[in-house]
Amino acid sequence: MTMIIDRLGPVPEVGDDRGGPGTPLLAVKDLIKHFGKKAGFLTKAGAVVRAVDGVTFDVGKGETLGIVGESGCGKSTVARLIMQIIAPDSGDLLFDGEAVGSEQLDLTSYRKQVQMIFQDSYASLNPRLTVEDTVAFGPRVHGASAKQSITLAHDLLHRVGLEPARFAGRYPHEISGGQRQRVNIARGLALNPRLLILDEAVSALDKSVEAQVLNLLLDLKEEFGLTYIFISHDLNVVRFMSDRVMVMYLGRVAEVGPADAVFSNPSHPYTSALLASMPSMDPDNRTQEAPITGDPPNPINPPPGCRFHTRCKFVADVCKTKEPALTDVGGLHYTACHMADPTSGHPNALNAARAA
Amino acid sequence: MNSNMTDTGPIVDVRKLTVDFSTGGGKTVRAVAGVDLSLKKGETLALLGESGSGKSVTLRALMRLHPDSARFGGSVNVDGRDILAMPYGDLARYRGKVVSMIFQDPGLAFDPVYRVGDQIAEAVVRHEGISMQEAKKRALGLFERVRIPSPERRLDNYPHEMSGGMRQRAMIALALACRPKVLLADEPTTALDATVQIQVLLLLRELQRELGLAVIFVTHDIGVAVEVADRIAVMYGGRIVETGKCADIIRNPSHPYTQGLLASRTGHEAVKGSRLVTIPGAPPDLSNMPPGCPFGPRCKYVMDRCKTQTPPLYDVGADHFAACFLIEQQAASQSQLQSA
Repeated sequence: MTMIIDRLGPVPEVGDDRGGPGTPLLAVKDLIKHFGKKAGFLTKAGAVVRAVDGVTFDVGKGETLGIVGESGCGKSTVARLIMQIIAPDSGDLLFDGEAVGSEQLDLTSYRKQVQMIFQDSYASLNPRLTVEDTVAFGPRVHGASAKQSITLAHDLLHRVGLEPARFAGRYPHEISGGQRQRVNIARGLALNPRLLILDEAVSALDKSVEAQVLNLLLDLKEEFGLTYIFISHDLNVVRFMSDRVMVMYLGRVAEVGPADAVFSNPSHPYTSALLASMPSMDPDNRTQEAPITGDPPNPINPPPGCRFHTRCKFVADVCKTKEPALTDVGGLHYTACHMADPTSGHPNALNAARAA
Repeated sequence: MNSNMTDTGPIVDVRKLTVDFSTGGGKTVRAVAGVDLSLKKGETLALLGESGSGKSVTLRALMRLHPDSARFGGSVNVDGRDILAMPYGDLARYRGKVVSMIFQDPGLAFDPVYRVGDQIAEAVVRHEGISMQEAKKRALGLFERVRIPSPERRLDNYPHEMSGGMRQRAMIALALACRPKVLLADEPTTALDATVQIQVLLLLRELQRELGLAVIFVTHDIGVAVEVADRIAVMYGGRIVETGKCADIIRNPSHPYTQGLLASRTGHEAVKGSRLVTIPGAPPDLSNMPPGCPFGPRCKYVMDRCKTQTPPLYDVGADHFAACFLIEQQAASQSQLQSA
């Protein structure tokens, strides 16, 4: 990407590795976002959706963090909070060691380094801009000349597999869904970002096109040294793409750890249920029993204690009153389940302690 | 009713079905280009395909749920009756009674201003002429059958008061209210969460078995098709390109498109860090279909004749067919070997 930086002229130090390789690229601490009516003078508080309710995680430089969970678990809200599209109620965001929105890292230079790609490839493009204008828009806003930004746009379009000669002058409605998502990816790369947030970026694509875009994302990550936050409800895709995976349930982190550990040795009952819910792909060995019953509860009034206890088959008294903290189960793998904590008082936790 | 005939023969018999839509500029789009399918009582068929493959249009033809501008060719027979020639009055009696359908978005399928229980009872009253009270009893029984918790209370819910999974269960109850013989399902679990999807799939499988329904299930997800279907028909560009028993399609795919679909899955076999096998290009534009095989422009085995001729379905095994010239070629070379 150095070639592009040169063309944009001397870029200030944003984009450099400032904190060193050991500093996480993004550190999120105790992030909270509730939607709904707050109590005011003479008015009672209305129903509050606890969309994100105390979420803490890191994203290392060059890694892909996958976020999975069902609708209402808060995964997209986390993405929007990181992107600063909506403001958190509380919590800290550190980007490469610096607080987002502070004097060292104002929002303009932060947003240049963090870009997002959305699920709906059509709604996220301006229908009145041609493909090249769309990609060139960001660099223009950040001070590149018209000529520079168009040249850059053509480079990027070429890179994402859209020949500029054929596609540069087209409008979003003139190209297919897979091609539109490539345009979105090119636009996301135009400011030379370090972190790309992909919120269900391939979910709307046909399966045969999805594989092409996933391959493209892998190539671009290597070429531009990117870090990804990859959000999806499709566990197979997340497993394929991610180094680490975070499983969310009703606004909280249920489990986080290396992708292989989480998928082959899940330590939270919700993760196990989610994995067992995937269709089997073996006609002689179909799923016989649903791993959990019912729908996810409403995040307006999440259950007390462990939020999963209403659907968990290992539920004990302690789960109904005490919220489990993330417990280390070894190998950078953490789970928010009382069974993993020998001191929690959960009957199954004793067995776990003895086994360990 | 010709019920005697249908006990042995297929309950659904579609021959050479074509569906054309005229678009604004006087052009026609052929969404379905010659589909044959037949379904026996108690059998589940999955129509598998990507967007624009014609799977939903084919499904809707079984209920003639198309705008008046749609032009049909071929024949559609369900339970011994010709659907394409049916007058509107008969069609209204037939829909819901003989064949019923569940949709992807149960939020849109229910009327938001009436209670769910009343909507189900109304359908029963309309088709069977029984009293509202009797019909409500039927609705309660159906809610128990699809395992909606506290069914009595839920009958009085408006659609927005239910969660997505529960609404889909209620829609299944509505579809089964008049004891149809054929159930059509158009991506019924696509909008649901993973843990809810598997519950609804298992429910559909159980109901299908117990009620002896014939089910046609449209999906884009091979995994879903494997969970519910006895047979799979893979559609591409308005045609069925491969059809066979579920296990045969999964283990021995014979059409290059099916092979590509299975290979590009990010399943357990996909090794992290490696690249996925992909099918190049994009699904065809129906208003501008290539001549010959619809998959030709994306196929790695494409031959000259694929560009001019459309391959018919060739027999590749027990009840397993694929529309690819490679099969004919392989068969020819094998018979040459045998004669030599």
